[in-house]
Amino acid sequence: MSQRLREVIAGVFSEVDVVLAYQQGFDKLHVTPCFMTMPEEINKLVWNPLCAHNLTSYLPSLKKKKVAVVVKGCDSRTIVQFMEEGLINRENVVIIGIPCNGVISVNKVLHETNHEPIEDITFGENGEISVKTLKGEKTLLLSDVCPDKCKTCQYPTPIVYDRLVGDPITSDKSPDSVYADIKEFENKTLEERLQYWEQEFDRCIRCYACRNACPMCICQDSCIAETRDPHWISQRSTLSEKFMFHMIHALHLAGRCVECGECERACPMGIPVNKLKRKINLDMKELFGYEPGINPEDKPPLYTFKVDEATIKEHKI
Amino acid sequence: MSDIAARELRIVGFLCNWCSYGGADTAGVSRFKQPTDLRIIRVPCSGRVDPLFIVKALLNGADGVLVSGCHPRDCHYTDGNFYARRRLEMLKRLLPFLGIDERRFHYTWISASEGARWQQTVTDFTKRVHELGPLHARKEATP
Repeated sequence: MSQRLREVIAGVFSEVDVVLAYQQGFDKLHVTPCFMTMPEEINKLVWNPLCAHNLTSYLPSLKKKKVAVVVKGCDSRTIVQFMEEGLINRENVVIIGIPCNGVISVNKVLHETNHEPIEDITFGENGEISVKTLKGEKTLLLSDVCPDKCKTCQYPTPIVYDRLVGDPITSDKSPDSVYADIKEFENKTLEERLQYWEQEFDRCIRCYACRNACPMCICQDSCIAETRDPHWISQRSTLSEKFMFHMIHALHLAGRCVECGECERACPMGIPVNKLKRKINLDMKELFGYEPGINPEDKPPLYTFKVDEATIKEHKI
Repeated sequence: MSDIAARELRIVGFLCNWCSYGGADTAGVSRFKQPTDLRIIRVPCSGRVDPLFIVKALLNGADGVLVSGCHPRDCHYTDGNFYARRRLEMLKRLLPFLGIDERRFHYTWISASEGARWQQTVTDFTKRVHELGPLHARKEATP
């Protein structure tokens, strides 16, 4: 697969200014995004289940350049959403799609190996991963150490692509499983839910990594969480300020979140940041039959309206 | 003044300048008796109401939030309340997920001539929030 990807990338170099792909990080367990501008840099390329990052995040800031980007199924939804919102010029982007069987959550691997330094990691044919540490070797299964999003993945093959590396895969996961955890959470009582969120958000250190990693958070340096005028949230580290920050993030992504899970991957405190956005997505699906990042012709539901809303009933007191 | 006998709670009302604010004024001019828990914030249009306004109010001490705009198709700016309707409905469904009772938040449409309807809405909503009690009781008990 790596070899075929190399060939495809070599073939697009003449058309683009930069290729976004993956290279080896500071150790065997980490892969990091790389920007290749010269054909000889192709030797840096790495492709394995550790390539979890959503590289499409860089596309809006590279809007004026010609860019080739390596995408998995879930990442391709981000591109579609960018197209819906007019954040990229599709003709400036060469999408190299790779059907994906699931990626690895680095945190889950570290948890399995008791945070021992990783000496080496190799990947088998059928999703088995052998991890070598100073304390010996351990074999893990991809299905045990993948992020939660992979367990219910509906789009293993990219939705849009210009070149496809490998054969398309169809999902064997039931569509009902996608929001099963959200529906289960709704069975709790109001008090339990409030307590849950207070506990989770209390751990937040306001590093804003979730926002910075989010491909759909396009305000970035103009984020209202940091402006002083209007002063939405103060610098105090109280629960209500943290709660408010997460509400800003969730509500600005209402009906736009493509559920790539980058926010949760980036969170150093393990807060389920994506859950609120997925709840809103579930509502948008029920109310307007809309799913973000599926069809470039769609319009995000909160950017538009119908004069007669069949699904919104007037509320009585 | 209040016809509901209890400690006054904090209810924030975001009212559209062109309809509901006029409706509240009509109710006042007509000397309709109303509960006094509501603090009114006048906005140019219900479309101006960012769902974050409501969240911010609820997180910072309000016990209930009422949003009222022009009836659909009657918006002064043609379509502001259509956008508002989608956003507010989204928020109404999100609040219980956070553990906040969705009955603490209400949005409705009231025109400038509907003074009596305004009085009814405020009275009913205040009554409902009083039944639910203060939102931040737990925190106030342990400062």
